[in-house]
Amino acid sequence: METTFTGLQQQQKIDFDKMVTALTVVSRRKNKILEYWILFLVFCVGVGVYFYIKQLQTGLGITGMRDIVSWGLYISTFVLFIAISLIGSLTLAILKLLNQHWATPITRLGEIVAVGSLIGALLIIVVDMGRPERLWHIFVYGRLQSPIVWDIIVVNTYLIISLLLYYLPLIPDLHILHRRNLMGRGFKAKIIKFLTFGWQGTEEQNITLHKALHALMIIVIPVALSIHTVTAWLFANTLRPGWDSTNFGPYFVSGAFVAGAALMIILIYGARKVFLLHDYLRPLHFDRLGKLLVLLMLVYLYFNINEYLVPAYKMREHEKHLLDSLFTGEFAYLFWFSQFGGLILPTFLLIFKPLRKPLPLTIISFIVLVAAMIKRYLIVIPTLTHPFLPIQNYPEYYKHYSPTLPEVSITVGCMAVVLLVITILMKIFPVVPLYETAKEKGIPQSIINRTQP
Amino acid sequence: MLISHMSTEICKLMSLNQDKTNRRAFFVKLGLAGIGSVLVSKWMDKTSWAPNMGSTAKHLIIARDAYINRIKNSLDPEINVKARQGLPGKKFVLVVDLSRCRNARKCMEACAATHQLRPDQFHLNVLEMRDDEHTAPYYLPKHCQHCDNPPCVKVCPVEATYKRTDGIVLIDNERCIGCRYCIAACPYSARSFNWFDPKDAELYKDVPYNVERNVPQKKGTVTKCTFSADCLRNGELPYCVRACPNGVYYFGNLYEDSVTNGTTGETVKLSKLLEDNGAFQLLAELGTKPSVYYLPPRRNN
Repeated sequence: METTFTGLQQQQKIDFDKMVTALTVVSRRKNKILEYWILFLVFCVGVGVYFYIKQLQTGLGITGMRDIVSWGLYISTFVLFIAISLIGSLTLAILKLLNQHWATPITRLGEIVAVGSLIGALLIIVVDMGRPERLWHIFVYGRLQSPIVWDIIVVNTYLIISLLLYYLPLIPDLHILHRRNLMGRGFKAKIIKFLTFGWQGTEEQNITLHKALHALMIIVIPVALSIHTVTAWLFANTLRPGWDSTNFGPYFVSGAFVAGAALMIILIYGARKVFLLHDYLRPLHFDRLGKLLVLLMLVYLYFNINEYLVPAYKMREHEKHLLDSLFTGEFAYLFWFSQFGGLILPTFLLIFKPLRKPLPLTIISFIVLVAAMIKRYLIVIPTLTHPFLPIQNYPEYYKHYSPTLPEVSITVGCMAVVLLVITILMKIFPVVPLYETAKEKGIPQSIINRTQP
Repeated sequence: MLISHMSTEICKLMSLNQDKTNRRAFFVKLGLAGIGSVLVSKWMDKTSWAPNMGSTAKHLIIARDAYINRIKNSLDPEINVKARQGLPGKKFVLVVDLSRCRNARKCMEACAATHQLRPDQFHLNVLEMRDDEHTAPYYLPKHCQHCDNPPCVKVCPVEATYKRTDGIVLIDNERCIGCRYCIAACPYSARSFNWFDPKDAELYKDVPYNVERNVPQKKGTVTKCTFSADCLRNGELPYCVRACPNGVYYFGNLYEDSVTNGTTGETVKLSKLLEDNGAFQLLAELGTKPSVYYLPPRRNN
């Protein structure tokens, strides 16, 4: 057989073998950095679990929340997780439907981020419940007029679609792993074989997979938009100053893409360094993602101007108290950092090509991500500290909010869960789609299906 | 040739074993990270997070026993089902005469004692209001407004909080999941959450739950003013209305167009009382349609 290969095929065979080795090496070899990273995350989860048990025993009073500021760090982190999950649909669906082939190596990472952060969102919303053991009440007594029920419906729909969008393109990759015995010969290999669902890479199967993916990619766009729009409505459907805004849906969606893109860039940098994927996650990706981030930040900036400048022009009584606290009051440092440090300055810096190189872009993305976290905090807390009626007869500390040690630990624990899910999904299967990359390089099915390396 | 082949096979086997020991070592490390996290948490966690509520006085225990016996004998076992419907032919209204309020706070005391509230929890909060920096302050007792367009009821995901035909908004704390969306949605900040075990939790342990009184309170659930629905069922005026020494409160039925003053016992025509005194509603511009009316703090009479 070997001798019948033409020179081109021989070259393609070598290329493909190299590709398989490069993309699967991390799941088979011991990796010190990854090991310490996982240990660190497990440690954070452990601390979070300890304090969560404490919270179950003592009550939610273990947090800094009280009757005035009744939503705090948990809800702002929930909004952040939902925000980040949107990037899955952006990288995969939108870029793919627009035939942006350069994005192929990062599509799977996008879905991994979506799945991980959605799991985190579902986790932290249960953490925020005063009565988590009554979660089943939502399914038994749930009422459609509550935005929380809308949120539960769309978040779970999005999670299912994201899992499918992660899993379906993975089937051909699993087939390759199985054919090459890269998952051993024991129990693990059997699971992998089962998960390939009889994939052989035939023309018919390819068409079916392509159709299914295409349909999902179209469905996921409205679903993704609706999950963050509905999350925005959780706030916008109240009468409170700062939340009572018709601008909130698109404002949240545009901000979500910024946060997600920033996290994606950081993860791509990590994958490139730790998983040694320099050949697949190239400076080109950073450059393009940097440009994309500029576009997303400009859109978000536009909505920010709408959100703050319009009420600031009118300065209605209750809005004024809130805006004063943001512009010049107790939240001013955080507010101006999130606007200038996290939005305007990065937009300006990323216009220059040298700053879109991997390392500078990653550093800028990190700042953007931190600012995005602060932004969610600024959406939730200042509105609650500025109710319509004066805060009186309460202890003085009720007027302000500062998260407590257990609260921060539990939140960090939830973030660690998200990163752990992302890390594990990145590690166990190739993070860069093997099959799609091979197909795009024009490697024929016969070579992909070969068993021997 | 054969030897080299064998040696590669052996190497493969060895590397496989190497993999297994590596994995085992890693799981040991994972376990250590877990144990370490608990130890570090314990070391960091030096605060006792629950507030010290002091011990329960003996007279309270005696009162509790009497109360439990009375409740057990008199409380309708179906009460929490019946309490979902309103009392027929009623639409309750509260009128607060701000010109008479001297901030005696007897209403707040009666309310807190009845509803098992901690000192930092309010079903009823008397606020010192000032409309403008140049105008004189006045006192405003703030209850749940029992809105006819209640923002809190709309957002509840499990119908734990609900609106009755007689206008009362109640919370079933056996249904509440503690999401606190209603607290976020209420523009009057009228709701309170049980962040810890409620006050005197031990005392109320065996008391059967009455949603119309919302007692016993439960940790991790929301509570608020019930318009003393348990009193109304017995034909009595609410606790706060009866406790006021200054004649601030009028309470009655909108359908009968009559309200009764809780201090003087005088019954007056509701529409006339509201019209003559230029009554207003709190944050009426929000369109929540409250069931509580306020008579202005200063009037020419």
